[in-house]
Amino acid sequence: MMSEFWIILTGALVASSCGFLGCFLILRRMAMLGDAISHAILPGIVIAFLLSGSRSTLPMLLGAAVFGLVCSVVIESLRKQGVQADAAMSVTFTALFSVGIILVSLFTRQVDLDLDCVLYGEIAYVPWDTWEIAGIDLGPRAVWAVGSVFLLSLVLITLFYKQFKICSFDPAMAAAIGIPVSLFHYLLMGMVSVTTVASFESVGAILVVAMLIVPAATAYLLTDRLNIMLILSIIMGTLSSVGGYVIAQQIDASIAGCMTIMAAFLFVLAFLFSPKHGVLTRWWIRRQLKMRLSGEKA
Amino acid sequence: MAIFQLVRSFFDDPNALWVISGTTLLGLCSGVLGCFAFLRKRGLMGDVLAHSTLPGICLAFMITGSKHPFFFLIGATLTGIAASLCIGWITRYSRIKEDTALGLVLSVFFGVGIVLLTQIQHSDNGNQSGLDKFLFGQSASMVASDVQVMGTVAVILLILCFLFFKELKLLCFDANFGRSLGFPMRGLDFMLMLFLVVAVVIGLQAAGVVLMAALLITPAAAARYWTERLEHMVLISAAMGAFSGILGTWISSVAYHLSTGPIIVISATSVFMLSMIFAPQRGLLAKWIRLMKIRKQVARENLFAWIYESCEGEGNESVSIHRLNHHPSLKKHKQMLHQLEKEGYLQLETGEDGKPSVIRLTEKGWETAYETVLYKRMLEVWLMHEGDLESDVHSEAITSKEQIPDRLIPELRQLLVRHGHEPKRYQVRSTPLKEGVPS
Repeated sequence: MMSEFWIILTGALVASSCGFLGCFLILRRMAMLGDAISHAILPGIVIAFLLSGSRSTLPMLLGAAVFGLVCSVVIESLRKQGVQADAAMSVTFTALFSVGIILVSLFTRQVDLDLDCVLYGEIAYVPWDTWEIAGIDLGPRAVWAVGSVFLLSLVLITLFYKQFKICSFDPAMAAAIGIPVSLFHYLLMGMVSVTTVASFESVGAILVVAMLIVPAATAYLLTDRLNIMLILSIIMGTLSSVGGYVIAQQIDASIAGCMTIMAAFLFVLAFLFSPKHGVLTRWWIRRQLKMRLSGEKA
Repeated sequence: MAIFQLVRSFFDDPNALWVISGTTLLGLCSGVLGCFAFLRKRGLMGDVLAHSTLPGICLAFMITGSKHPFFFLIGATLTGIAASLCIGWITRYSRIKEDTALGLVLSVFFGVGIVLLTQIQHSDNGNQSGLDKFLFGQSASMVASDVQVMGTVAVILLILCFLFFKELKLLCFDANFGRSLGFPMRGLDFMLMLFLVVAVVIGLQAAGVVLMAALLITPAAAARYWTERLEHMVLISAAMGAFSGILGTWISSVAYHLSTGPIIVISATSVFMLSMIFAPQRGLLAKWIRLMKIRKQVARENLFAWIYESCEGEGNESVSIHRLNHHPSLKKHKQMLHQLEKEGYLQLETGEDGKPSVIRLTEKGWETAYETVLYKRMLEVWLMHEGDLESDVHSEAITSKEQIPDRLIPELRQLLVRHGHEPKRYQVRSTPLKEGVPS
């Protein structure tokens, strides 16, 4: 019972912190940057592992954050050189990911990193990897890691809410009124990389991308206001975490994968039935309007 | 000698030849297709398609129960097409932008794939070992039959690209124009997508999911630096793709027995970086050299103008070099004075401390300085009277004296005199400027 609670809590924390940042990525049309960063941090993790020789979370977080920033700086400078954005992204993250894989295979004896684990993650093991200080069991390490990252981004976004908002909707105006746009860009990228790596162990690199994009996209379809969108994305993330766990129990499949499917299901619901932007809703409204118009004509 | 032996030992291995011909064909094919994807701004499409093949591969395995590559290819192609259709629908029927749709489809399809994969693992016939090989790519394990299948598909794709070259070109550069000519642009777009799916699917076994994305886009992005013409770009990109395939395979098989996919990507990225730096027109080095040349030219002109105007203002024949130290931008270019002295434009007179202290223009120097200042002031006057003067070119577009239209020169001279702004030194030997129509 307790382990179920921890798994769902971890999933919900991952989904909330990712969905939270994902809102800004979507609004700035950089959703794929999350994907790029989640691949590009691989060499950072391996190097941090080689240097520190342990699997503790902090060095890995640092290594990943550094490489996440390197990735976004390289993409940004390639774009300034005139390479189009999608190509810049593709070239950068595939190169960094390859470096990571080569490092893993070069130091395969020293590195006890399972590529499968990095890519898919295994949230089911979360409850057993607990954090103990002086013999007191403080609960799973993953919960602490993801929770503190979530708190960090929550604090940063609340503090600089106005700045992030203006930078997302109108970067030119933000620059005009004196907001350091690129600082906030890199701050966001840094948070994305830190969140990605903190979520790594539990849900794996590719499913972090799902949590970054899908709940935020669902929220984007449901509202036109940023603060509501942020709250909705957290709710969607939590819902998909709980629902995903239940499904996974029913069909005995990967928990993280089921959470993605649940998030996708919520997205499809919003896509069809969103009160303002849903496909079926719009069709229904149009039909009503047509009937009323033909009624008036008659 | 060592290298020669390495090459020989490489060719002694019969399977290595198959592997290398496979990766070469793959590089060639994805290089060509990548150009069109690149120009359609679909650089991330390869990544999405590659990820979305996972559920297809799993489904094929679950339905047929065999690990034959053919079924995998069919399944992967089907889900790849489904993914590209989903992206199209999401962007068309909702306000979600393309990048979000790409990420959404990528992660959801991959998530479904992982669920299916765990289902297979938990089921009784749980021998799924061949499946993840499809994800990370293991070209060393390719055998003759794999390469034959891959090669055939790649050649068919290349022929189709050649046949539809004109249509694809139209699609990449001006889809609306194509539609107005009556081409089925949506169908062509779908066809390109289909080509990409097939290319990704055949590449998966050799390069793996993530690295297939690189093979599609990196050679094309590199080729873009070298040319402005699509025909050349396609050829260059194909050559680069094939080259990285060969290089990557060779390094990985000879040097450290690393997995081939990442090495191929690293070689492609190196080719890209070399292109970015050394390409003749758009490369960083060429741009930097151009910038330096222009800077030097501008500094030279500013120096002439400064010397001339200093002499003009005070009525002197020479100007003290110390005043240059107070100039905000020109003080950085003091070495240029020695260069100009060597070329005979000016003389530097040595002061009491043995250092040059006074600049004196020679005859040739006066002439050049006069011309420079005249041009500069003409441009100023033109900018002031842009509305009154009739001209085909705009004053902003002028970068050298020769570009000022001949027709305007008399008028500009007249205006200069009217403003009292004409260069007042060194007129003795040239035509004096007077108000009224000059000859």
